Amino acid sequence: MSATSAPAAGSLGMSPSGSALARFVRRNSWVLALWILLGAMLAFTVAIQPGWGAPQLVILAIAALPYAFATAGQAMAVIIGGIDLSVAAMMTLTSVTAAVLMEGQGEEFGIVAVAATLLLGLGLGTVNGLSVVLTRVPDIVVTLSFFFIWEGAALLILDAPGGSASTWLRDLIIGPVGGFVVPAEVGAWLPKALLLLVVSLGVVWIPLKRSRLGLWMYAVGSDRLAAFRSGVPVDRTRVAAYALCGLFAAMGGLILTMNTGVGTPIQGPYLMASVAAVVLGGVSLAGGRGGLVGPIVAVFILRLARQDLTLLSIDPNVAQVVEGLIMVSVVLVGALVALRSRRS
Amino acid sequence: MSSTVQATSSRPGWLSSVGLRKLLRDRPIIPLVVLLLALVTVLEVLQPGIVNERWISNTVKFAIPLAILAAAQTLTMLTGGIDLSVGVVATMTAFVMATQVAFMDLAIAIPLALTCAALAGLASGIGVGVFRVHPLIMTLAVALVVEGLLLVYQRLVLGSSVDLPEAITWLGAGRSFGNIPNALLVFIPIALFMGLLLRRTGFGRLLYAIGDNEGATRLAGVRYWQVIIVLYILAAVLAGIGGLLYVGLIKANTLSLAVPLVLPSVAAAVIGGTSIFGGRGGYSGTIVGAILLQVIATMLLVLEVPEGTRRVVFGLIILAVTAAYTRITEER
Repeated sequence: MSATSAPAAGSLGMSPSGSALARFVRRNSWVLALWILLGAMLAFTVAIQPGWGAPQLVILAIAALPYAFATAGQAMAVIIGGIDLSVAAMMTLTSVTAAVLMEGQGEEFGIVAVAATLLLGLGLGTVNGLSVVLTRVPDIVVTLSFFFIWEGAALLILDAPGGSASTWLRDLIIGPVGGFVVPAEVGAWLPKALLLLVVSLGVVWIPLKRSRLGLWMYAVGSDRLAAFRSGVPVDRTRVAAYALCGLFAAMGGLILTMNTGVGTPIQGPYLMASVAAVVLGGVSLAGGRGGLVGPIVAVFILRLARQDLTLLSIDPNVAQVVEGLIMVSVVLVGALVALRSRRS
Repeated sequence: MSSTVQATSSRPGWLSSVGLRKLLRDRPIIPLVVLLLALVTVLEVLQPGIVNERWISNTVKFAIPLAILAAAQTLTMLTGGIDLSVGVVATMTAFVMATQVAFMDLAIAIPLALTCAALAGLASGIGVGVFRVHPLIMTLAVALVVEGLLLVYQRLVLGSSVDLPEAITWLGAGRSFGNIPNALLVFIPIALFMGLLLRRTGFGRLLYAIGDNEGATRLAGVRYWQVIIVLYILAAVLAGIGGLLYVGLIKANTLSLAVPLVLPSVAAAVIGGTSIFGGRGGYSGTIVGAILLQVIATMLLVLEVPEGTRRVVFGLIILAVTAAYTRITEER
């Protein structure tokens, strides 16, 4: 560590821009490596399937959306040193709520339903957070209980797939942006789903990261006691992080409803996938490290891997083994890197 | 945060008696048994006559596979870990046994199936012990790979018969001498083994030591990775045994057999007083925890509440019991 920082400090006086770049690279090395991996995988995809183009990109973006929101929510909980096992259950509950709210209503009512669903998500997350703080039971156990509770609540609202989604909401994620605002050539390569993802996450995450709450979240995650002694309202910060997790889960729930046009009271595979993507994205499970960009890139890497395996016409069952092995090896390499940096 | 902690410890009330608190903390099984008896009483009030020998036998029968999976969970949790692959490993063991028994003797098929389980445990153990991956992630990943392998394997053996051998259903679901479940033949040795392992062996003490202070055990010269690898293999084999009993009980050899037992197995260990952060707990509490969960499940069935309400109540009870438990045993 000291060996790498000494030359950087020495070059500070000579070329500030160079050292800033070096610092940026050093701080974001994991995320940069993920971008490179994603790029390599895209190149590989085009190589094995020369016809791979804009339509496949759109499919990839739509497939990645619910995973991306689940992962964003999970990242909030993991950054403060917690974990939220109820994230997929919250998605299910918000999804069926949105579908039931929109059933038989006019198109305009969709906005009310979206707002209500997002508020519900915030509320569910707040309940999670308050329970963690007030009961002082480990996060993993509390959110495990809420895994059952929110799933049960979803079953009470809808015991079979049902409800509906406004047409304009469904149109929001289907297809590319096209010739709207940007040139048509660029627009064809820009899936609406990707735009929606970047906007929804950015609206929450960018102001948050610059705010005091964002700083508090990292402080609480890296050392709760030190944060408490420096005057950080630890309990309030933890509740806020879980509330944000609920908000992102609600966005994911809305996506599920938009995707299928109905609400389904069964949990998707998003819990495991969100934990995997968060870890792959460079957010330490010990808390206090990482951001949102890494996990989202990780989601796209994992989804693209799945698409590639399908393109290679590999048996979907074998594909699951390969996907699992990819996840294991990435996590092993990540752990090894972390181990080395701790030793030196 | 610390102000609330102080407030609890100096709060006057029913728990302020130091002796009582100490008793509850050192013997967590006492409040659990009281709670269990209370729940059984409520059940009897709800439906008079339901609590009889037959019912007790059934409850025990269904609690045993859960308790065995929770044994795997207890062991890993003592070191501050967790094993989320128990469901898939249990399912795999049962499935491999049931499909291979057509080609070989049961006495070979069972060890073969348990070897597969041990291999899965070895993978988890290497990840956690050598590469120091977080156990939650490592066991999840192993579960994913094993599930995929199982799907591939299923297609290979599609044609073969999947009739369960009689010995397995006899052990899992049968009773002898009236109402005594045969599964106890497997369970009592496991419970004794767990008790001896945790209380009387060096390995058991190492598990507590690692969970309590990993750095200190390392400085004391413990080969962390060896202990962890053995631990996860042991946990996987226990999960496999649980799976063999469970398939005999359920009598349906599906690929999602024991997966619904994963979270309850964590819950049973946590309710039983094993700390998820490691270093504290034991198996007797876990057994009571598993029975408790089974009684709760029956109670909700008796009340004929919808499936959704059942899950909500189940979750609330796990939360309430662990919250109460945390308050009673909090040492600060």
